[in-house]
Amino acid sequence: MMKRMTLAGVTAALYSLGAQAMAATVAPGGLEAQSVAAAEASGGGMPQLDFGNPLMLAQVVWLLIIFGVLYYALANIALPRVASVLDERRNRIEGDLEAARAAKAEADAAMEAHRAATARARAESQTAIAEATQSAQADAAARSAALNERLSQQIEAAEARINAARDTAMGALREVATDTANALVQRLSGIKNETAVSAAVQRELATQGKA
Amino acid sequence: MAAEGKTIDALSQFELTHAFGPIGAAVNFTQSNAHMLVASVVIVLVMIMGMAPRAVVPGRFQALAETFYEFVENLVIGQVGHEGKRYFPFVFALFMFVLFGNVLGLFPYAFTYTSHIAVTFGLAFLVFLVTTIVALALHGKKFFGYFFPEGAPLWLAPIIVPVEVVSYLSRPISLSVRLFANMVAGHVLLKVFATFVVLLGGLGIVGPLLAVLPLSVNVLLVGFELLVAFLQAYVFAILTSIYLHDAVHLH
Repeated sequence: MMKRMTLAGVTAALYSLGAQAMAATVAPGGLEAQSVAAAEASGGGMPQLDFGNPLMLAQVVWLLIIFGVLYYALANIALPRVASVLDERRNRIEGDLEAARAAKAEADAAMEAHRAATARARAESQTAIAEATQSAQADAAARSAALNERLSQQIEAAEARINAARDTAMGALREVATDTANALVQRLSGIKNETAVSAAVQRELATQGKA
Repeated sequence: MAAEGKTIDALSQFELTHAFGPIGAAVNFTQSNAHMLVASVVIVLVMIMGMAPRAVVPGRFQALAETFYEFVENLVIGQVGHEGKRYFPFVFALFMFVLFGNVLGLFPYAFTYTSHIAVTFGLAFLVFLVTTIVALALHGKKFFGYFFPEGAPLWLAPIIVPVEVVSYLSRPISLSVRLFANMVAGHVLLKVFATFVVLLGGLGIVGPLLAVLPLSVNVLLVGFELLVAFLQAYVFAILTSIYLHDAVHLH
């Protein structure tokens, strides 16, 4: 007898289970089937649908009171606190971001100033180098010009000296040549004609281009 | 969650009884209301004590309170827009009340007040009243234009208007029945499988071995019910937000 009852209970429960699954997935449609099946299993209706129960109305009245108090407590006490903490955090994060942005701008400005200073220094040094080069070149040019001047003067003087020396040498050469020619002519022929010899030497030297 | 005798009694868990002894009986304070009270106190404590440190970098408890807050805030602002901030405390209270009711009901010996259609309908009707009053307060007579969309041909009015009115009026029903049915189904299933454990456990030597099966099903079911508890609270809150969006923007 006991076993049979158990079996009956299990079958009823299984049937009710199918209805539950339906109710869970399709909701309102399967609900009646569920309540009927469940009613078969337990021998009574769903307590939730027993609207004759005075506790049902009382439950709803208390629900409204409790929910009203909960709403009041949340809206006026709990939630403003959360909001203030979140606002505080947002402001702080924004402030930090602002400070970071300002610091970045400052760093950028410093970087820019540094770059400008570098560029200016480079330009200045470039001009200085150019000026120095120029002055050095001018100096060198002036010195080389002076040197050239002196050298050319020396060359001129040397040339003059050389010319003078050559002239003297040429003069001496005519004399020696004439003397030698006179002596030779005298020794060979015994004739002593200095004027003719001198003219002949003069003529001979001229033809050789050495006068 | 024990079988009463040798039959499966999945529904007596939903029966209302008095709480708080003779004082509760005098004012018809039910165990369902006692659980509402517990849930509400827990909600307020979580929010107030969680935020008590007011830390810029929140600890776990504060992060929990903030997560609840920001989750619902994003939900309301996402659905209603920034003008919906005024209604955020209402949606937040609803979401937390339903969520904590659902989760609290999963504890052994606890009563699930969201498994009572009277409770869910009470909340859904409150939502209905609030959204309708908001719409009337913001738009006055223009609110009734909601039942006849602009640009629709006039001769369709006899069809469109009744359909829109019925769909508007059925909102609290669908909202309440969805939550109620989900919670009832889950708790009946838990109860049925728990009873199987007891019944099979009594079947001689092989009984306890077989009883492991419904027991493991119940373990899985509790996890599933946790998901459903959250999901239904979320659905309740998001539908409320959608209704508020309609009330604020009228389309």
